[in-house]
Amino acid sequence: MAKEKKTLNLNFGPQHPAAHGVLRLILQLDGEVVEKADPHIGLLHRGTEKLIENKTYIQAVPYFDRLDYVAPMNQEHAFALAIEKILKIKVPSRAKYIRVIFCEIGRILSHILNVTTQAMDVGALTPTLWGFEEREKLMGFYERVSGSRLHANYFRAGGVHKDLPTGLDSDIGEFCEKFPKIIDDLETLLTDNRIFKQRNVDIGIVSKQDALDYSFSGVMLRGSGVAWDLRRSQPYDCYDDLEFKIPVGKNGDCYDRYLCRIEEMRESVKIIKQCLTNIPKGPIKTEDGKISPPPKKELKQSMEALIHHFKLFTEGYRVEKDEIYTAVEAPKGEFGVYLISDGSSKPYKCKIRAPGFTHLQAMDYLIKGHMLADVPAVLGSMDIVFGEVDR
Amino acid sequence: MKNLEDLEKFVNSELTSKINNSYIKHDNVYINIDHDELFDVISFLKTNKETKFRQLIEITAVDYPERENRFKMVYLLLSHEYNQRIIIDYSIKENDIISSLTSIFPAANWMEREVFDMYGLNFKNHPDLRRILTDYGFEGHPLRKDFPLTGHNEVRYSEEQKKVIYEPVKLEQNYRNFDYESPWEGTKYIKEIKKS
Repeated sequence: MAKEKKTLNLNFGPQHPAAHGVLRLILQLDGEVVEKADPHIGLLHRGTEKLIENKTYIQAVPYFDRLDYVAPMNQEHAFALAIEKILKIKVPSRAKYIRVIFCEIGRILSHILNVTTQAMDVGALTPTLWGFEEREKLMGFYERVSGSRLHANYFRAGGVHKDLPTGLDSDIGEFCEKFPKIIDDLETLLTDNRIFKQRNVDIGIVSKQDALDYSFSGVMLRGSGVAWDLRRSQPYDCYDDLEFKIPVGKNGDCYDRYLCRIEEMRESVKIIKQCLTNIPKGPIKTEDGKISPPPKKELKQSMEALIHHFKLFTEGYRVEKDEIYTAVEAPKGEFGVYLISDGSSKPYKCKIRAPGFTHLQAMDYLIKGHMLADVPAVLGSMDIVFGEVDR
Repeated sequence: MKNLEDLEKFVNSELTSKINNSYIKHDNVYINIDHDELFDVISFLKTNKETKFRQLIEITAVDYPERENRFKMVYLLLSHEYNQRIIIDYSIKENDIISSLTSIFPAANWMEREVFDMYGLNFKNHPDLRRILTDYGFEGHPLRKDFPLTGHNEVRYSEEQKKVIYEPVKLEQNYRNFDYESPWEGTKYIKEIKKS
């Protein structure tokens, strides 16, 4: 007698530690083989775009920290660049270097989290413990420069909020000396590890063509062999003056993406080192009083400074009528801001292009035909953070 | 195409009547097309050897409630080979039906679902047009300009019913939207008094 085929529907999440947030994944299983995956997202939807439409440009910056909350400053960067391009603000050179330093710190923060939690998803606990110690140090740098470990609110249109505090540059330099050793240690645990390889090699393969069709960006695209990095192809701030390599994968599987991330961390360290040696002295934000607030000490003496301060923190600055798309290479891929301004001090429309959104969309395509146990491995290698997917 | 000027010229000469208007700004080419030409224009840009816009970056809409054609649809494409970006837009009315791009770019699926969810615009030939970001059973389209910032419903856990319940939003204080735009010339109501 022929056995009747029965499929099983399984709810993965919304509260599952391997889902990296609030993802409800409805899996259709035939035995242990996944036939269909239907991700239900939006459980962390906060209406960021709607809120930004109702806030001034200065007030909108903190919302960007709350998107991809493991690399907050990279998001602020895209927004700051968009306003700068519309208003044609000249950013002082020192500010550009500071921004690049902190974007690369953000990249390391994000990649450590991803690499180590992916290892945890497939059964290795130690990398997480080692990696998080380093993340703590990096978040210490965030705190010293902006006052906050995660939600920095540090980048401004026209520069950054405050200059580096004394001693921070040498401490970051010291970290850069020590950190490559930690990456080596992590690699001894994972790169040649038999279990890690069994769980990741040839899992979740993305071909070059599919990576393009599914709008992949960042490591998801480079892992499949497409050499594309916005820092190199459409450079912004001071990336033009820096030397770094872009690691590209061959097979497009989870393991290649892991290797790309490891190499990117090494390159980030190199970038930070170059920035620290080349960083010039000077102002850290534009001196245009209509855009950036006056220094505190002038407020007590200068009438003009007082007026500027009052106007900036009530009305905010106005941005002329324009339409622009700017993108940066965030740790997870191309993070873009499509901004429509209408001449008032609030954006008319601010569409946020989050890389994770398009990556998660391909979940069904990636996981079809894989085993249930591969779901966390594939999900982990996509580097999903729900702050940006749900917005 | 080597540079943006060439690209603009090329697109204009190849698609002639399909393009209403084009210009270059912020290192992007912006083109405005007619609503029914969308499918042809996008598939041309994707497949033509001179353009190779093989990646769809984003689909979104913009709401202009005062216009007759209320919504503007925006498509952003990227060409890796030529390192160029193009932004395509067209205007539509609220009830117009947009042709879905899912057959050209699979990535359009969720982007169109998001536009459907946030703006309430309908797509033709979309395989799975459901809401995506909002709650199960949500009503209204949040990114329309006439949707209130606070929304209509709020949720809380009810001790009596032992479950999460939905209630109309109750605010202790109305949302205050100050008119900061022109404190020197006086607020809106003073301006209105002056006029009359």
